[in-house]
Amino acid sequence: MRRSPRDTAISARRISRRGLILGGAQLAFMGVLGARMRKMQVEEADAFRLLADENRINIRLIPPARGQIFDRNGVVIADNEPSYRIVMVREDVPDVEAMLDTLSGILPLSDEDRERALKASRATPLLPVTIVDRVTWDDVSRVAVNAPALPGVAPEVGLSRIYPLGPEFAHVAGYVGPVSDRDLARYEDPPPLLRIPRFQVGKVGVEAQLESVLRGVAGTKRVEVNNTGRVMRELDRTEGTPGADLQLTVDHQLQSYVQARLGEESASAVVIDCETGDLLAIASSPTYDPNKFVEGISVADYGALRDNDRRPLASKTVQDTYPPGSTFKMATLLAGLEAGLVGPNDTVKCNGFLEISGRKFHCWKRAGHGNVDLERSLKESCDVYYYDLALKVGIERITAMARRLGLGERHGVPMSAESAGVAPTREWKRSRFGKDWVIGDSVNASIGQGFVATTPLQLAVMTARIATGRAVSPRLVKTVDGAEQPTGAGAPLDLNENHLRLVRKAMYAVSNDRRGTAYGSRVIADGLRIAGKTGTSQVRNITAEERRRGVTRNEDLPWERRDHALFVNYAPADAPKIAVSVVVEHGGGGSTSAAPIARDITLQALYGEDPPLDAYPTKDREKIRRQQAELKKLRRDSERPGSGNRA
Amino acid sequence: MSYLEYSVKYVPSGLRKVLYLNWPLAFLIVAVACIGFLMLYSVAGGSYSPWADTQIKRFAVGFVLMLVIAMVPIWFWRNMALLAYAGTVLLLVAVEFTGATGGGAQRWIDLGFMRLQPSEAMKIALVLLLAAYYDWLPIQKTSRPFWVLLPIVIILVPTALVLSQPDLGTAVLLLTAGGIMMFLAGVHWAYFATVLAGIGGLVTAVFLSRGTDWQLLKDYQYRRIDTFLDPSSDPLGAGYHITQSKIALGSGGWGGRGFMQGTQSRLNFLPEKHTDFIFTTLAEEFGFLGAISLLVLYGLIIVFCITSALSNRDRFSSLLILGVATTFFLFFAVNMSMVMGLAPVVGVPLPLVSYGGSAMLILLIGFGLVQSAHVHRLR
Repeated sequence: MRRSPRDTAISARRISRRGLILGGAQLAFMGVLGARMRKMQVEEADAFRLLADENRINIRLIPPARGQIFDRNGVVIADNEPSYRIVMVREDVPDVEAMLDTLSGILPLSDEDRERALKASRATPLLPVTIVDRVTWDDVSRVAVNAPALPGVAPEVGLSRIYPLGPEFAHVAGYVGPVSDRDLARYEDPPPLLRIPRFQVGKVGVEAQLESVLRGVAGTKRVEVNNTGRVMRELDRTEGTPGADLQLTVDHQLQSYVQARLGEESASAVVIDCETGDLLAIASSPTYDPNKFVEGISVADYGALRDNDRRPLASKTVQDTYPPGSTFKMATLLAGLEAGLVGPNDTVKCNGFLEISGRKFHCWKRAGHGNVDLERSLKESCDVYYYDLALKVGIERITAMARRLGLGERHGVPMSAESAGVAPTREWKRSRFGKDWVIGDSVNASIGQGFVATTPLQLAVMTARIATGRAVSPRLVKTVDGAEQPTGAGAPLDLNENHLRLVRKAMYAVSNDRRGTAYGSRVIADGLRIAGKTGTSQVRNITAEERRRGVTRNEDLPWERRDHALFVNYAPADAPKIAVSVVVEHGGGGSTSAAPIARDITLQALYGEDPPLDAYPTKDREKIRRQQAELKKLRRDSERPGSGNRA
Repeated sequence: MSYLEYSVKYVPSGLRKVLYLNWPLAFLIVAVACIGFLMLYSVAGGSYSPWADTQIKRFAVGFVLMLVIAMVPIWFWRNMALLAYAGTVLLLVAVEFTGATGGGAQRWIDLGFMRLQPSEAMKIALVLLLAAYYDWLPIQKTSRPFWVLLPIVIILVPTALVLSQPDLGTAVLLLTAGGIMMFLAGVHWAYFATVLAGIGGLVTAVFLSRGTDWQLLKDYQYRRIDTFLDPSSDPLGAGYHITQSKIALGSGGWGGRGFMQGTQSRLNFLPEKHTDFIFTTLAEEFGFLGAISLLVLYGLIIVFCITSALSNRDRFSSLLILGVATTFFLFFAVNMSMVMGLAPVVGVPLPLVSYGGSAMLILLIGFGLVQSAHVHRLR
């Protein structure tokens, strides 16, 4: 068909008009698109750039290496070792179950590990998941060799704490562990470092007390991640500061000996340097292996430690308080001497008891000591002499003297749960028990019973102060990051030197006079003789019922009701270098169970090794020889370096 | 109007036709395609495989095809219009059938060297048929109800088939392109006003009835509409994609982050970065300058098409050129709106840039028709 030219013209015009409208509309819309681009890319570009960076840049913390802990001779007590673990990146693992099957053919994989890995991979699909922790280098190599069969699985290395000396320093250095909710609760605003998976913090002992020194400062690195959170590259990093190294005052040889010597007794011993207050050994037994806690102790192992009635977890040297018993008599005596209420030649007649306001206070020696002067009172530990003295001196002066000698106060040793102990006063009793002080309380306190409570550390400090006449205070940390810490030499105590000399002479007699209570544990090597004092603190009185049944001696009682045995001494007697305190819980008498241990420790400390047998009295030498051999074997056996890795 | 009306003596013949091609348009097409190759090279992390090399080959084939189509007289293509339309509808039905037996939504037919999507081919076939229809239809009848209804059926048949695939994006594109063709042909304003008012009324009714006893849709359907309208209400699904896309675009800034330095695309925060979201990579790496440059190139293509259409005295040619240009426009307008967060996410590629064979081939065929109309225009 044909169409008239007019027709065509109309049609062309219409198309022109509508085509132009359409073209205009299209160009207008492109203008909108362009404006939108300009708004987003020019005006809001910075905001979008920020969002893009937020997308891709993650700030990760670099955990600082924890400071090491050394003994006074530079032997490592707490170290960091590389710890290997096998991780998987979920997005790269095609089939987790199959991968775990393959992996279990390569390294030991417990059902527990499997479960945990499966659970974790479901919970955090974007982050690397630890499959097994603390694998050996061999396992790492095997995984590396089998890498093609294990896509998405890789070994990772981190630092973990290890205590090469194992149980010897468990109570001093303590241990670290993974951050717990309780650790976080201690901070108002927990440092982000603590959120690093598997970060370790001090839980107990020096590790906990000096956490801030040992921890160091975290570094940061900025990494670029992809949409699945995987790290593509590191953009930059700011190195942190590793924690400061600590050097303790403890001598690991001596500590090891002391620990072995205490054995499985529930006991504790402190060796303090009289000059500087350095704690050369501070041991509590039984002990435990801190490495087990770092690795995550099993419920069974922990239960065994917790339920043991000898309390291996307690740092008995600083945390437990005991009535000091007769070791307190020096304080009472010095209080009397300083008050001028007693002289060296004043005597008291001991009939085996003293009756005060109708109540009989017994001497440990029921038959009585007869006439007792100052030296004899300490040497033979006559109680009646001190009862009498207490009546004259009064509790205020006794307590004041105890405080001056370092009892009843904390010494700030960075170990866990240091106790202050009790040097009782009238006000203390009233506020604590709501009762008035009675004379009997003073009488009991005079011989270190009743309300008096001291830690083994305090007893060692007291002995050092008597030996030097200065306010020696204990020091556990020798250097921090190489900087020597102030010593505990202390100022003079301002006690009359003549009075101190009288007390020291009496203490010498305790260990060296034929009638002294510790004569059996004397040292005969010239220049190394010791001056000490025995103590026996009652856990509980023997009841009238038991007395009727014929139980009169301590040994007849069950273990947990026997008396604590204590001994304090300093040595050498003529030029004191060290002071020692030993407490054996439920050990019976101080002279029989604590004094021999203290003597062995003293000689070991003074010689720096096993002392020659002729330092001992002839009749003891055979026994000592056997004991030395036994301990040597014991210590050699325990000298295997602890291993944090899985066997 | 028949081919007898063409003044053959004015039309170049033989190889001389090459001189009469719309060369600026051809260069613009090549330029846009080259931007595409560059971006595909970039999103592959600086590698020709897997996308850029394949895309270059497809473009080469498509470009030659465009030239071949341009050499064939335009009246031949007008005569092929109904055949092309009918054939494509049959292919759509065939795809529907094989898709059903295949147990899933299959939208393509394997041609050996590429997979052809009949729904893409329909975009050109529909324009071709409508142009031919309005060329054939006496102008006086254009706005008569019956002659308005017929093209509506022509549009709705393939739209319905595409919608059942389901491919909402293409369906909307077909509907819009068809409507615009009718508008260009001179259908009376009142029809468009009625349809637009009807759609407006329906949408209002649907939204107003929500929460009442007589609501028109089920609750889950409303929730789908919510997500469709506001992607941020579904931050892990469609919302995540659009958010990341906007971040990539915006962070490009004025000059961009540099070739292959776009963090959003390189670190996979962008979805579909080689296909539907490739524009964001361009905008991220070359910034506002790069993005606006592409927009200007697209605009020039549209301008050259409109100029060519308006200077062509043949009704079929004009309608065809404007239809192809409109289809082209709808591609990039919808795609850019989508990645800039102006439109909901529908699967529409960026024309000549996104990786994909069907869309590129169909567009080059369309431009072949435009060139043919240009070469064989009345002078």
